[in-house]
Amino acid sequence: MSEAAAPVAKFIIAQGEVQQGIPPEANTVDGVTIETPASEAHGASFPPFDATTFPSQLLWLAISFVLLYTLMSRIALPRIGGIIEDRANRIASDLAEAQRLKTETETAIASYESSLAEARGKAQKIAGETRDKLQAETDSQRKALEAELGARLDTAEKQIAETKAAALANVRSIAVEATSEIVTRLLGEKPDAAHVETAVTTALKV
Amino acid sequence: MATEIDPIHQFEIKNLVSLGSPGGVDLAFTNSAAFMFGIVALVFFFLTSATSSRALVPGRFQSVAELAYEFVASTVRSTAGTEGMKFFPLVFSLFIFVFTANMLGMVPFSFTVTSHLIVTAALAVVVIGTVILYGFIRHGTHFLHLFVPSGVPAFLLPFMVLIELISFLSRPISLSLRLFANMLAGHIAMKVFAGFIVMMIAGGAAGVAGAILPLSMVVALTALEFLVCFLQAYVFTVLTCIYLNDALHPGH
Repeated sequence: MSEAAAPVAKFIIAQGEVQQGIPPEANTVDGVTIETPASEAHGASFPPFDATTFPSQLLWLAISFVLLYTLMSRIALPRIGGIIEDRANRIASDLAEAQRLKTETETAIASYESSLAEARGKAQKIAGETRDKLQAETDSQRKALEAELGARLDTAEKQIAETKAAALANVRSIAVEATSEIVTRLLGEKPDAAHVETAVTTALKV
Repeated sequence: MATEIDPIHQFEIKNLVSLGSPGGVDLAFTNSAAFMFGIVALVFFFLTSATSSRALVPGRFQSVAELAYEFVASTVRSTAGTEGMKFFPLVFSLFIFVFTANMLGMVPFSFTVTSHLIVTAALAVVVIGTVILYGFIRHGTHFLHLFVPSGVPAFLLPFMVLIELISFLSRPISLSLRLFANMLAGHIAMKVFAGFIVMMIAGGAAGVAGAILPLSMVVALTALEFLVCFLQAYVFTVLTCIYLNDALHPGH
């Protein structure tokens, strides 16, 4: 902007000369630096400092600015402000709606998860019950089987004992017969049956 | 040709419709007045037609209108607080008026309303007048605490009050001069460099080649001027908000 300083300074000097009473021709020649011919188009003084135009400028500025202020404050600004406010309200309501939907979704997810957990728990319970039942069934079957097997074992043992006793009894009668036969062969006479019996009994006991 | 190169010519006030001069005061409808009404019409037409559809998803023009609204509103809020929003229509009107005036001034052969000191001074007086009026209506004599900084030793107080008073009174001056001087100087600088181009081309073939230099300067200055146009409107707005903040919250 320093380039502008020189011409401005010259104009101000020119202005001063006018006020000192130097004729306008001298001023214009001096004041207009670049092109020389005096321009009669503008008056003797520098326009922004020409006081004769002040009343007119003030009047029309007052009228136009009051008009502008009225138009702005009554029509334009409330309208723009309204639009912006509407948008802000709309955004706020949209955000609230989004928030509402989000909470709704969250409750839905929560209820889904709780029902899922419940179902899972139920399934586990059912599985446990089934397992217990099967276990119990298996146990009872095993016990029954064991009892049956035990009973069979007992009868078998009893039978063995009976057979053994019977066999032993047979062994005694055979022994008695054999003894009396041996004695008959040796002595040539039949021994007393009672004697043989006691002798065998004694021998078997030893 | 010569008058077109005259860098002062663009600031001239021309009477379009003479209304006579009641009481020796010329109140003619001038080119400046025409531009003022043009600004009002342009701003109003743009803002209303851009928002006529009241679209929820804004179109191009509605975005611009909303951008301007939000820009000024956030400036007011950040400097003067939400309480300052009661001055929003005034601040917005000031901003849009100055901004449009500056931008319209960038159109070739147009007139820059804000390049006249009386206009910027009047706008500054509106601002300071609002500050003083509202300050006294709202806070009564408490508003004068604005000039009495707290926590200052008693013997320094008179000087401080004097300094505060001077700084307060210089506000409208600096506010109006800043805008006026920027617009004036920028437009003169552009015109002067543009004048160089014409002069050099008139000087012959070598001049035509040499004219590239001022041409590039003019291009750069034009870009700078657009920035300055916006920046000065913004500075005017921010300072307005800061001064209004004093009216809302006097006392330091």
